[in-house]
Amino acid sequence: MDVLGQLLNTTLVFSTALIFAALGGIFSERSGVVNIGLEGLMMFGAFAAAVGGYYAQDAGMGAWAPWIGVLCAMAVGVLGSLIHAVASITFKADQTISGTVINFLAAGSTLYMVKLLFDGAGETPLIDGFSKISVPWLSKIPIIGEGVFDSYPTTYLAIVLVLVIYFVLFKTPFGLRLRAVGEHPSAADTLGVNVNRMRYIGVMLSGMLAGMGGATITLTTTSTFAHNTISGQGFIAIAAMIFGKWNPLGAFAAAVFFGFSQAIRNYVQLFEWSQNIPQEFIFMIPYVLTIIVLVSAVGRSSAPSALGQPYDPGKR
Amino acid sequence: MYRLKKIFTTDSYIVPLVAIVLGFLVGAIVMLVGGYDPIAAYAALFKRVFGSPYDFGEAVREMTPLMLTGLAVAFAFRSGMFNIGADGQVMIGMTAATVVGIKLAFLPSFLLVPLAVIAAGLCGGLWAGFAGYLKAKRGINEVITTIMMNWIALFLANYIVRTFLLLPGQNRSENIPASLSMTFLNSTFDNARLHWGTLIAIAAAIFFYIFLWKTKQGYEMRAVGLNPHAAEYAGMNVGRNIVKAMFISGVFAGLAGAGEVLGVFHYQSVFAASPGYGFDGIAVALLGLTHPLGVILAAILYGTLTYGSAGMSFGADVPPELIRIVIGSIIFFIAAQGIVRWVLKPFYFKRKKEKVL
Amino acid sequence: MSAAAPVVELKQITKRFPGIVANDSISLTLEKGEIHALLGENGAGKSTLMNIVFGLYQPDEGSIEIDGKPVIIDNPNKAIELGIGMVHQHFKLVDPFTVTENIVLGMEPKKGLKIDYKSAAEQVRKLSEQYGLQVNPNAKIHDISVGMQQRVEIMKTLYRGADILIFDEPTAVLTPQEIIELMAIMKRLVAEGKSIILITHKLKEIMQISDRVTIIRRGKVIDTVKTSETNPNELAEKMVGRDVTFKVDKQPPTVGQAVLKLIDVSSKNKDGVSVLNGLSFEVKAGEILGIAGVDGNGQSELIQAITGLRKIDSGSINMSGKEIANLSPRKITEMNVSHIPEDRHKHGLVLDFTVSENMVLETYYKSPYNKNGFLNNEVINQYAEGLVKKFDVRTASIENKARSLSGGNQQKAIIAREIDKNPTLLIAAQPTRGLDVGAIEFVQKQLIEQRDKGKAVLLISFELDEIMNVSDRIVVIYEGQIVGEVFPQDTNDQELGLMMAGSLKRGGNAGV
Repeated sequence: MDVLGQLLNTTLVFSTALIFAALGGIFSERSGVVNIGLEGLMMFGAFAAAVGGYYAQDAGMGAWAPWIGVLCAMAVGVLGSLIHAVASITFKADQTISGTVINFLAAGSTLYMVKLLFDGAGETPLIDGFSKISVPWLSKIPIIGEGVFDSYPTTYLAIVLVLVIYFVLFKTPFGLRLRAVGEHPSAADTLGVNVNRMRYIGVMLSGMLAGMGGATITLTTTSTFAHNTISGQGFIAIAAMIFGKWNPLGAFAAAVFFGFSQAIRNYVQLFEWSQNIPQEFIFMIPYVLTIIVLVSAVGRSSAPSALGQPYDPGKR
Repeated sequence: MYRLKKIFTTDSYIVPLVAIVLGFLVGAIVMLVGGYDPIAAYAALFKRVFGSPYDFGEAVREMTPLMLTGLAVAFAFRSGMFNIGADGQVMIGMTAATVVGIKLAFLPSFLLVPLAVIAAGLCGGLWAGFAGYLKAKRGINEVITTIMMNWIALFLANYIVRTFLLLPGQNRSENIPASLSMTFLNSTFDNARLHWGTLIAIAAAIFFYIFLWKTKQGYEMRAVGLNPHAAEYAGMNVGRNIVKAMFISGVFAGLAGAGEVLGVFHYQSVFAASPGYGFDGIAVALLGLTHPLGVILAAILYGTLTYGSAGMSFGADVPPELIRIVIGSIIFFIAAQGIVRWVLKPFYFKRKKEKVL
Repeated sequence: MSAAAPVVELKQITKRFPGIVANDSISLTLEKGEIHALLGENGAGKSTLMNIVFGLYQPDEGSIEIDGKPVIIDNPNKAIELGIGMVHQHFKLVDPFTVTENIVLGMEPKKGLKIDYKSAAEQVRKLSEQYGLQVNPNAKIHDISVGMQQRVEIMKTLYRGADILIFDEPTAVLTPQEIIELMAIMKRLVAEGKSIILITHKLKEIMQISDRVTIIRRGKVIDTVKTSETNPNELAEKMVGRDVTFKVDKQPPTVGQAVLKLIDVSSKNKDGVSVLNGLSFEVKAGEILGIAGVDGNGQSELIQAITGLRKIDSGSINMSGKEIANLSPRKITEMNVSHIPEDRHKHGLVLDFTVSENMVLETYYKSPYNKNGFLNNEVINQYAEGLVKKFDVRTASIENKARSLSGGNQQKAIIAREIDKNPTLLIAAQPTRGLDVGAIEFVQKQLIEQRDKGKAVLLISFELDEIMNVSDRIVVIYEGQIVGEVFPQDTNDQELGLMMAGSLKRGGNAGV
């Protein structure tokens, strides 16, 4: 059955961007800062990857061009997240509002820049993007070989990052401090951990990772950046993070699940019985599934305790 | 009246005003960096809006759904919720109005139009109320559910239009016989698409104010929004208030949808993507500091900017997306008031100095 | 005393906050091996002073010397470097973390990139043995007792090599036995060469353990005396600024019929753990029933069950002959139950409502405040104005937000609202927490006045003194059960303490 292999492969293509962004969300929220701006940060990343990739390709960098795109996306993602950090950490703005501002600024500025750079065009020129790499030997395994080991480099990178970030969060001093700041900032503060600095780092890492998520979409799926390139993926990444209980492994599983529900709508249409189902209902699948999943999962009980609260050392 | 006076005598309006100025400044800098002439651009923007009766009328048309979606987001906010789903609620409202407007067209107009409007409000309210219900009963973050429901609403609306209401060969519904247009203003405003929805919006703002600050129900909702624990302690039913508040919020959004299909387009399109009403509503609500009067003023500002942005791109070649940057910056400065206070500090300082001299 | 410089010397420390001078030119010395008590009321400026020593605040004037050398302590890191450690009143512990994680946070031993938890746990165990602290390095904070949590706090400072330890109201949450243990630990610390500043307002402890006492009132040092040369009455007078007895004036009660009757009440929390375990007692008209117990033994859950905020799984709660178990909070309020909640910010007030709006928090829906669905603001304001006057709530205007009031006045506003409803049963949970002596006296007087009017009063407090002084009868709660019933005149702190720790049962329906 190579349909299964293909389905798995497509699932991973859709999941990759969600994995990056959800990991980003984890860094930010584990440090205590709500990041509803993931959508905008992904938009920044997708835009930067498209533009960076285009110029790199133009400069004859060939296969390296997409990687330049990824680097640009990381950098622009970090810059975008700094706006969120300054507003919500330094100036103690409402984190949800400040995240919304990111979404706004991203939507406006990316398209403004696209029009500015490409003579008023609504989207960036098409670029080559990444090609799939098949891993020798492993890609010969039935189903899994085709499904997993013949993927885009970003997919491999995302999976490696899940493990790395799990290690960082739960095994290293940095992770311990980051989580402490999100759970009980004044405890961390009295032990000499700089709360605001940790939160800045958390938010900036989330910008970097969400940027990579956005880059993944332009460099593996759309090959261009336009106003609808991201279209809600950032919000689904937030759902994946919540469903995964702010844990990289959980978020990975949730992201794959959401990727699967997006992939399946392409595959369902292959079957005859699906012809009777209006396409709109098939399009709804990922969103309905998300709600069903959240309804059946537990609420926010495992959210970091200090999530959403600006740290004010004067208050105890 | 006393309240009104108080709003304008406290310094609460200084921050938004300065934020607006700063937002325009950011926009100007972005234009300068891009090699555009900001003064020409802003001039073109305002000229577009106030240049002709038609354009002025159309700008008002643009402001109308902004007022209602802004009120929708603001109302939910006051009750402690962030309704990102006004978009979906608008779509559901549109669809309800279209269905009633077409399928019950045999009714006389004085029955049909109100019925279509009521259906829009009701369905928008129920759509939002469901997200409220999930929050109240299962503790699910309304931000996520309302976003997901936006997509579901988009596809559901398209399905209904495509399957039951389609104008053959077109990607839209049949024409809707029910109309909210203010045809008697056609000659004054050069056939600009003005409609009764604008008055509905202003009525909604008045309702918002009276309901929230003058009634027992509104008192409960504010208590729930500000401190759900204390509200529960005081014997209020927190869950029911959450559902009710989301319902009312959704009614506002649904009415915006009715205005659009019954007053502006007179048909409903099959949408390729979300039309973005709710996105704008969030901006308007935040700009208006979630106060109904503020929301109306913010909608006027926002409508002016978005409608004028077309003129800006026409007159000064500036991409209209620039306006999003301006609006995003204004909200940023309002949210991070500390920055505005920091900017204002030298002024206060100077003034004091002058007094000493 | 030797000629060596004191370990800490504070020289004329002044700290101003908008509107008040929290510390007014305070000078204080701490000698090596000394336990120096800092005595003052809530709000006298003790905590501000210690936060300055610990680097959380900067003084506006004055200087600090450590071992005779002037230092500037501009953040907690600097304080830690200088060997200063603070045991906070509200423990600064991360709940989902283990004991070890909490202790090493910020100074983690590393093996490669990883935290070396093995050697960390080993170090924790060693310190624990050296000072007799008895903590389990691998337990999670939310699974250990309050006493052990405090020892973790102490351990955090020792792990960082602190020689100067500041204890901020360390006994507030402990049972009398745990207090004895803590005293032993403090003695041991001093014997090992540490120096201790003990912040407290409890005279008994000062007399027992300290070497010297510095008394501050309204941000000023009143006096520094040797403990051996003073007595509790003198200290109390210096702390409050007038003669205080700390004895509450009251007549013997005229006890009537049972108003509230709980029989075998049980309730589980959402994790399925029993928090109320077949609990029975009754409160009669005209008496104050005190519930003694260590924080976290089911007191909050008990109040929630009575007031309808928590469902019970079995048992009966009977109010004036009617079953009220599992009714809605509103139904129960309407049976003339008033409730002064434990957490006034979380439950008692909507801080962003005006004072006037808060005064009708439970009655807004009734006539005359509500007329056909509309609020009658004129009547509400008149009513609020009256209450504010009657209960002396200090606020510039009833249109001001409740947030702008001081803690004491916020509490007065709640008490005004609850008492004015003319309840049959008044539940007061921790009604004096965080208040100064004047406000405490006011609150306790109100409770006794209600009792004298024939109301049933249920008082929940973690302050043993308050329970002993105010109650007419005491029941002790331990792990969701009533383990003892006594009259204040025939018991003492020791006995109550043993009951609170679950090691003694006595009287009443304790065996049920």
